[in-house]
Amino acid sequence: MIDTNLLQLICFYGFAAVTIGAALAVITVKNSVHAVLSLVLAFFSTACIWLLAEAEFLAIALIVVYVGAVMVLFLFVVMMLDIKMEQVREGFIRYLPVGIIVALVMLSEMLALIGVRAMHAHVMGADPAAAAGLSNTAWLGGALYTQYLLPFEIAALILTVGVVVAVALTLRQRGDKKHESASEQVRVNPRDRIRVVKMAPSRPDEPTAGPPQPASPETRP
Amino acid sequence: MGEQLLNELVWPVVYILCIAVPLILAVAMFVYWERKVIGWMHVRMGPNKIGPWGILQAFADVVKLLIKEVILPSSANRFLYYLAPLLALVPAFAAWAVVPFDDRMVLANVNAGLLYLLAMTSLGVYGIILAGWASNSRYALLGAMRSAAQVISYELAMGLSLVCVLVLAGSLNLTDIVHAQAGGKGLFDWFWLPLLPVFIVYFISGVAETNRAPFDVAEGESEIVAGFHVEYSGSAFAIFFLAEYANMILVSFLASIFFLGGWLSPLQGWVTADVSPWVNWIWTGSFVWLLIKAFLMSFLFLWFRATFPRYRYDQIMRLGWKVFIPITIVWVLVAGCMKYFGLVLVGTGA
Repeated sequence: MIDTNLLQLICFYGFAAVTIGAALAVITVKNSVHAVLSLVLAFFSTACIWLLAEAEFLAIALIVVYVGAVMVLFLFVVMMLDIKMEQVREGFIRYLPVGIIVALVMLSEMLALIGVRAMHAHVMGADPAAAAGLSNTAWLGGALYTQYLLPFEIAALILTVGVVVAVALTLRQRGDKKHESASEQVRVNPRDRIRVVKMAPSRPDEPTAGPPQPASPETRP
Repeated sequence: MGEQLLNELVWPVVYILCIAVPLILAVAMFVYWERKVIGWMHVRMGPNKIGPWGILQAFADVVKLLIKEVILPSSANRFLYYLAPLLALVPAFAAWAVVPFDDRMVLANVNAGLLYLLAMTSLGVYGIILAGWASNSRYALLGAMRSAAQVISYELAMGLSLVCVLVLAGSLNLTDIVHAQAGGKGLFDWFWLPLLPVFIVYFISGVAETNRAPFDVAEGESEIVAGFHVEYSGSAFAIFFLAEYANMILVSFLASIFFLGGWLSPLQGWVTADVSPWVNWIWTGSFVWLLIKAFLMSFLFLWFRATFPRYRYDQIMRLGWKVFIPITIVWVLVAGCMKYFGLVLVGTGA
């Protein structure tokens, strides 16, 4: 028999190894496009780990939001930049001490958090979604939109304000800008732009003296 | 051990082949059908030399592409250049895992199936962007930039229009979404009626999402040669082609499932006779109906291509952001009200 628990454990370690490898590659590879793609891989394998933990909504949301949208924009920007590798290397040495301090502080905080939680060790309750007989997604949706509606709406409001502010900060009106309005273009009447003229038929090979004359004004309406 | 292996490994692979092989054949015949239809619309013959009525033309093209050399441009990024076609193809095929062809005829009956579909369709853009960048060509990069901006913009309209479907169906499961459209009023029980504007927005966004005419600025032959795949030849080009057409067929199937009742019959509830199992499907519903609907929807892709001139880039952005997204946002509220006041009853009778 295939031991499913063992299989799950093997899968977990496999995905975890890929995640860590990809995360290391993000900060070590020379090519910045490769770095962005490694970050995509890190997100993707994190989503796989979450799927193993049966958090399918979070996993797919991670892929839709981060891999599908945020990282595409990242890649878009990085592709446009012509990053000189030497400058990046210089910065690496210069910012290394700061980076190490930040990393150490984060590590100690995480260890402290784990330690505190270990002291209050309690058996985790049963999966609330399974207890309610619902899928993970349905339960999460219900909880978000009933029990935690107010915080959820506040978060949405803050995000909206952020978007508006970002637009307001970057939108500059230049006086001399040539502007075309698509709705005006759509509403335009063909008769304002083009005039159909009728011309009397004329034969070029008619026996006339001398070189062909330009059309006489009488033939035009 | 043997039986478990058979159930967990062999049968899924067989099922996957049962979807993938007909899909590849469908792409080949769709290409032939496209050339034929556009030929008729242009008052031409279309392909007519290879096989009866030129029906083997697609296979001749495939053989030609496969035996051509794949050229790697100098100073292209070798790894990403070869990876990009696969990144375009894999999501286009992986999305088919959750498509229900009939009641209980689905590879993976996932509860979050619709989210999975959104995730897969949003991944396809990587193939295009990376192909454009790795080719180390200006035209390819321009095509990739245009495509990235366009796909991200229309994904929003597409996602929001699916939110309307979700509100009415009350489920992310594609099989449940089809069941929610069952009822006694025939084709008027399907979601196209209460969600008519959203249905149109969804399909047009699907056309834009697959980079098809009139939204094909990513390829734009007259401006940037062939856009992101200008440097690709032979089988690498064939893979991009396969991904694009598989995506078109997928969008046709999804539009049929979300808005046209999937495998449900347009006569549901009107005819209740029991003649014979060979005839009953006409009013009880079967995968044949889904295939018919998807065929009609995919015909629209070809019709659009033969009819409309290419959109200008700023017009595409205006249509996506200033027209489609407001329409879908308003209709999310309308759908919510319809659901709340019981104007649309889902999954009644049948």
